[in-house]
Formats: sequence, C-alpha cells, structure tokens
Amino acid sequence: MVNALASEGEVVYEATTNGVWFVEHAWVVVVLPLISSALILAFGKRTPGKGAVYGIAAVGAAFLFSVGLLWHFVEGGGPFEASIDWFTIGPLHLELGILVDGLTGIMLVVVTAVSLCVHVYSLGYMHGDERFTWFYVVLSLFTAAMLTVVVSNNLIQLLVGWEVMGVCSYLLIGHWWEVKENSDAAIKAFITTRIGDVPFMFGIFLLIAVSGFTTTNITEIAHEIGLGGVSPLYISMAAILLFGGTVGKSAQFPLHVWLPDAMAGPTPVSALIHAATMVAAGVYLIGRLFEIFLLADHWVLTTVSIVAAITALGAALLAIVQNDIKRVLAYSTLSQLAYMVAGLSLGEVGLTAGFFHLFTHAFFKALLFLGAGSVIHAVHSNNMSDMGGLRKSMPITFWTMMIGSLALAGIFPLAGFWSKDELLVVAEEEHVLWLFGVFLLTAVITAFYTMRMVLLTFFGEYKGHAQPHESPRTMTAPLVALAAATIGVGLLGAPQLNAVFGQWVFFEAVHEAVFVPWIALLSTAGALLGLFAGYTLYKERKAQDPLQAPMGPMWNVLQQRYYIDAFYMRAIVVPVRDTWSGAVNWFNQTVIDGAVNGAALAARAMGQVVAWFDRTVIDGIVNGAGDTADRAGNVLKYLQTGNVQWYAVGLFVGVIALSVIFIRFV
Amino acid sequence: MSAQEYAFTVLAVVGGLSAIAVVTARNVVHAALYLVVTLLSVGGVYLLLGAEFVAWVQILIYVGAIVILFLFGLMLTKAPIGRDTLDNQQRWLGALVGVGVFAGLVFLIQEAFPVQDAERFETFHATTDAVGESIFRNYVLPFEAVSFLLLAALIGAIVLARKDDAS
Amino acid sequence: MIRLPLVLMFSALLFSAGVYGVLARRNAVMVLMAIELMLNAVNVNLVAFSSSLHQMSGQVFALFIIAVAAAEVGIGLAIVILLFRTRESINVDEVNLLKW
Repeated sequence: MVNALASEGEVVYEATTNGVWFVEHAWVVVVLPLISSALILAFGKRTPGKGAVYGIAAVGAAFLFSVGLLWHFVEGGGPFEASIDWFTIGPLHLELGILVDGLTGIMLVVVTAVSLCVHVYSLGYMHGDERFTWFYVVLSLFTAAMLTVVVSNNLIQLLVGWEVMGVCSYLLIGHWWEVKENSDAAIKAFITTRIGDVPFMFGIFLLIAVSGFTTTNITEIAHEIGLGGVSPLYISMAAILLFGGTVGKSAQFPLHVWLPDAMAGPTPVSALIHAATMVAAGVYLIGRLFEIFLLADHWVLTTVSIVAAITALGAALLAIVQNDIKRVLAYSTLSQLAYMVAGLSLGEVGLTAGFFHLFTHAFFKALLFLGAGSVIHAVHSNNMSDMGGLRKSMPITFWTMMIGSLALAGIFPLAGFWSKDELLVVAEEEHVLWLFGVFLLTAVITAFYTMRMVLLTFFGEYKGHAQPHESPRTMTAPLVALAAATIGVGLLGAPQLNAVFGQWVFFEAVHEAVFVPWIALLSTAGALLGLFAGYTLYKERKAQDPLQAPMGPMWNVLQQRYYIDAFYMRAIVVPVRDTWSGAVNWFNQTVIDGAVNGAALAARAMGQVVAWFDRTVIDGIVNGAGDTADRAGNVLKYLQTGNVQWYAVGLFVGVIALSVIFIRFV
Repeated sequence: MSAQEYAFTVLAVVGGLSAIAVVTARNVVHAALYLVVTLLSVGGVYLLLGAEFVAWVQILIYVGAIVILFLFGLMLTKAPIGRDTLDNQQRWLGALVGVGVFAGLVFLIQEAFPVQDAERFETFHATTDAVGESIFRNYVLPFEAVSFLLLAALIGAIVLARKDDAS
Repeated sequence: MIRLPLVLMFSALLFSAGVYGVLARRNAVMVLMAIELMLNAVNVNLVAFSSSLHQMSGQVFALFIIAVAAAEVGIGLAIVILLFRTRESINVDEVNLLKW
C-alpha cells in the first residue's frame, strides 16, 4: 500500500496514466457531497423536489470522478500523496491532505456507488417524510465524512471524518426520534461507538508521540516505525488501542450491541451506513495503518483474529432466530465484517482478500438492505411473520433480493463466492486452520439463515395486513443496479481472470491469487448444505419456528442475544445511571437470589453497611457539597449587581493585576 | 528634538487634553466637539508618521461620519446636562483604575522601549497605491469579511432602530 | 524622525482616558465615545509600529479597525435609541436587569 515515502506534493507514480488528473484532484470527491450538504441545508426546502436533487447530482459526480480515479490504478499507476499545511503547534505540523492508492480508489468507488444508490432509493422510500430535506443534508454530510476518512493522509483529519460519521450515524438512526425506541437506539449506537473511540484516540496520540510530536502523517509515522528503534511493546499498545476504534465502529464483539439496534433508523440508512460504508471504516482503518499492525507483537493480530472469529460465528447464530428482517441482515453484517477483520489479521496476503470481501459485501449487502426496505415499504412491517408469498406481488424486489441472497450465501459465480473463497484460501495458506474452520462453519450458517429469510419473506402465504405492491421506480432502479454489480464485481477477483483486484489493493507486493479447487468445492458444498437445511426446515411455514423445540434452552440464549445486552444494561448502564444505590440494590438482589440463607444474611448485612455508608457518608458529602454551594451562592450573588460598569471595573482591575504579576513575578 | 517631534508634541498635548475633556465634559455636545479635536489630532499624528491614507480615512470616517452619528444619537435621546446626571457614583474608582492603566502602560513602554535610548526612526511613507496593493493582494479575504460585517451592521442597525409597526 | 515611545505614550493616554470614560460615564452615548477613544489608541499604536518597522500590515489593520468601529457605532447607537424608546432613559446604571 504505502509503496514509497512521499513528501509534500511529490508524485510517486511511475508512468502517466489516463486517470492521473483524477488522482491528483481526489479532494474534489470529498468536497462535492460537502457542498451539496450545505446547499440542501440552505436552499433544500425551496428547491423543487425538496433538495434531493443536489445530493444526487453531487454524489453522482463524485462517483464518476472516483471511477476515473480508479482507472489510474487499473492502468497500473502508483500511489499519490499531497497536502497543504493546516496549522502548526510548536513542532507539530498538522496538514490537510490526500493519500490515494489502490485501496483508496476502491473505497471511493464503493462509497460513492452505494451512496448514489441510496440517495436515489431514498427518493421513493422517504417520500413524504416530515424531515425529508434534513435527511438528505445528513446523508450527504455522512458521505463527505466517510470520503474524508478514506482519502485522509494523516491521523487527525481521519479522526475528524471518523467523528463526523459518528454524529451523522446518530442523527440518522434517530431520524424518527418521536418514537422513544429510535432515540434510545441512536444514543446506544453513539455511546457504544464512543467507547471504542476513546482507545482509538489514545492510539492516535501514541502514534503521534512516536514521531516525537512532529507529524500526524500516516506515511511518515509508518516510515518512522519501520526504521526500528521504537519499542515493540509501544507499537503493540498503539495497534491494540487503534483496534479499539475498529471494534466500536465495525461493531465487533464485545461492542457489537449497537448495530442491531441501529436498525431503528430508516432502511436506506441501514444500507448505507450500517452495511456498506461506515462499518467498513473500521476495517479500512486497519488496512490504512496495516504497517503498525504488522510490526506489532504477534499477540495483537492473534487478538484481532479471536475477536473476529467470535463475532463471525456468534453473530451468524443470532441471525438464525431473528424475526425482524432487518435484524437478520444486521447480524449477517456483523458476521461478514468479522470475516474481513479476520482476513486482515492473517497478514499481508489477507489484506487483499479481506478488502475484496469488503468490496463485494458492500454491494450485495446494500442490495439486500434496500430490498428489505422495499419489502418493508410494501407490507408496513419489519417482521417476517407478517410477510410471505411476496414473490408474486413484488417480482423485481424478489429477483434482485434472490441474487443478493445467493451472493451472501456464496454461490458461484456471484460476488460472495469469490471473496469468501479467497479468504478460505488465505487461511489455509497461512496454516491458521482453526480460522479456516470458523470461516467454513460460518459460511454454512450464513447460507442457512439466508435461505430462511428468503423463504419466510417471499414464499408461502402472505400473513400481513397491508396490501403488498411493487415499489416505485426510484426504489427498484438502485436494486437492479446493485444486482448487476453483485453479479459483476466478483469476477474482478476471480483467479481465472487474473484477479485484477489484487493488483490494485495490496500491501507492499502483489500477491498472486490462487484458485484451489478443493476449497472452492468445499465452500460450495457448505453453502449448498446450509441452503438445503434451510429449505427443508422452512419450506412449510409453521406457527412455531421449527428450530425452537430441538434447540431447547439454546433458543432462549440466542433470543436474548447471549444476554450480552442484558449484561451491559445491568452491569454498566444501570449502575452508571442509578449510581450507588442502584448498584448496591442490584448487588443485594443477585446475591440473595443466588445464594443460600447464610450467604443471604451476610449479603443483607453488607447491604446495610453499604446503605449506612451511603446514607451517612455519601449523602453527607453530597448534601454538604450542595449546601456549601448554596451558601456560597447566597453570599456571592451580591457581587452580581447587573451594572455593566461595575463589571468593567473588575475587568480592568484584573488586567492591571495580571500585568503586574506577569511583569514582576514571571 | 526634531521638527517632526515638535509638531508631534503639540498634537499630542492638544489631543490628549481634549481626550480628557471628552470624558469629563459636563455638556454632551461639548464632549462630542472635543472628540472631534482629539480625532483630528490623531489624524495629524498619522500624517506625521507617514500614513497618509489612514489619516484621510480617519478624518473622513471618524470626523465626517461617526461624530455626526454621535450627534444624532445625542439629539434623538435628549441627553441631559450636568455632572451628576452624566457621571455615576463610581467615578473616583473609575479615575483610579484609569490612572492605574495609564501608569501600567507607561511603565511597560518604558521597560520595552526606554525613552532615553530610543532612536528617532525613519518614518515609513506609505503611498495610497501601496496601501491598496497590500489590501487587495495580501488581505483580500479579511477585507471581504469586513465589508460583510459592515453590511450586517447596517441591516442590524435598521432592524434594531425601526419602529415596530406591527405591535 | 520621531521617537517611538513618545507615540506609544500618547496612545496610552488616549486609552486610559477611554477606560475612565467607560467606567465613569452614565450616559450610554458618552460610553460609546469613550470606546472610540480606546479604539483610536489602538490605531495609533498600529500605525506607529507600521511606520517604525516599515511594514504595511499595521496600516491595513488600522483601516480594518476603523471600519469595524463604524459598524460598532452604528449598532451601538441603534441599541441606545431602542433603549431610549422603551425606558425613556439611556443611563447605563439603570439598565441592570441581568442579576440575581
């Protein structure tokens, strides 16, 4: 990725290509949606069509621009970096710049393409919405923020885009904030990702500290670290802290809880943010700072693998028991993101495979979400128990969803097949067999829940109440476009066709993609097994889910999402919210419930002690603090006369006093 | 002392005394007229320092426009006359603070540029076209910002002072 | 051929007179006049340094300050007139609603 150290404005590509102009002006891609966001905010309500046209035009232009930019890499051009000085704090240079390599090019195309589809799709989906214009403002702003992250050549700029994305995600999840559930989900998403952002920020600070607080430039920092002399423990700390950001943003275990709840937002948002782009930012972050992960101690990447494996398998199992169609897709997203992260954790070769999966997944998952949105639009319900038999009334949605589902299941020759296969090959090559097993098992489960979703939604008899109908053309057109992409993009990484993707996105050296027939057969067999199992179980629709009885208690565990949400609620949210008394109360209850009489007595005694402590000492301190503030306020209020000239006297006396201090004593 | 310094001293004494008169006069109109004298002598100081364009702007804008605005303000608000109505009870405190600020500033100046060692510098004659070039070459953006500010102030002043017919 | 500290002291005198005016005058228009004195003191400093350092920036900023001062007087007098219209008085010490 980072082929050469580029100083300011220096061009490092070898030969001139047709796409060079686009590469050198990559900042335009970021600026376009930013401008459209401002335009929609300023004039949106007065424009015919309520401002959506600005967003669509800008993102469309950005998409074309990105394709031109990618062309540079198709022709074999090298990376480019340029920046201008933003400001300087002592020795620390903050810059505003772009770093464009093959990875960036791919991400730009993915983000703008999906964003364009979502922009068009929302015309139909959000039609008549109260805050239609505002929706487009935030959608465009979000696109700009994501693109900022993608092109950024330094950590601070990246952090800015990262945080703006977080805010946009919050605003969009809570778009229909009148319903308490939605605003709760927005807050949950914001705070949970925030928890990941804190280590991320400290990771950034550590990296800046490596450079001796002189630069935030990613290339320069990577170069600095590559020279050696920085203690490996230090690098490992930075890497694991940065991974915290990925865990939050890409919703990996244990911070995955926000993503399913984020489905409370409008469906186009789920497609754009919670499937194709923002959650991919966490994966992209690892790719961008890959050098640091590679130079870190081995345990860092092992940790990454383990976290990803837990997420991949755990989330896939959860997807089986969901009734809400969007939640099925949300858990599927979690699991697929974990695939990518796990791929990256396999080292240099894994980078190409992981990003190839990100690339294909973005298209087919956006397609699935938009298709689900189309279904929801038709039946006015998220629950699959209200659907069924929709294939006749919504043919376009059905066929496109079918393509997306098969791609997700990994059926030849659709996108998912090639990228999953590539990941399996890499895992086998690197001899990480347990990860190979996890990949394969997850693939089987993925095929299973995909089949279940399709059968419950489109086959059988209709169970809902609303009159289902095909969605308007603004919604089906993006579906068709994405379906076409889903069929096509997989071939970019097909080893038989030279695997051109690998020549655009690689770390340090191009790695030949190989086709291993037995792995391809194995993965196809696994997918077919999953599909077949799903078909046998769900071909006839029963009142009770056929899995519920045989699974027994497991079913409840899955329904309760492994009790992780409940655990967080009780162990973190409630104690923090209800402070001490809540914690003591919870502690008392759990211990009493769980223990025999003797322990119960002890617990009660302890509870009383704590309560006594709470009442006398803590309350004393709290009340004392309040009383002190109250009394002080009663005295001090006389200083606030409301006479500005009296305040001005204070101001100037302060000036004199300070200057005396500075002249005489400093 | 050079000839320029003599001229400066005269201007400074006149300007300084009338500045004090501005803040102590018992008649508001007199205060405004003292202000004119102060502003004119400041303009003279600019001329002595070689800043021609600033000097003329000072006289045009301050004497020509701002003081007139003040006189309008006084007229429209029927300003009363007399020490007790013009000054408040804390004027002695104010005087103390004012003297304190002056002492502090003089002390600072003496520390930084001692009068006894100060050299008589060659004044920098800035021609109008040099000023224009500097503004429109190096300071275009601030210039635009200032013009925007003036527009906003204009609109703001109209909105504020307009008689509200609706109520 | 002027010594810099002399000009600076003139400016200090103007500034201190302005400070006194802001603190001691009851009439809002007079307070505004005092503020003008302080702004002029700043301008004198800027021009003096511009002249002694042979740099144009100081004069340009003096011009900007004059423009800002004009805006400030415009708004200030509008507020004073509004005040007079609603309270029949423009004495600063009678406008003291913002307190406990």
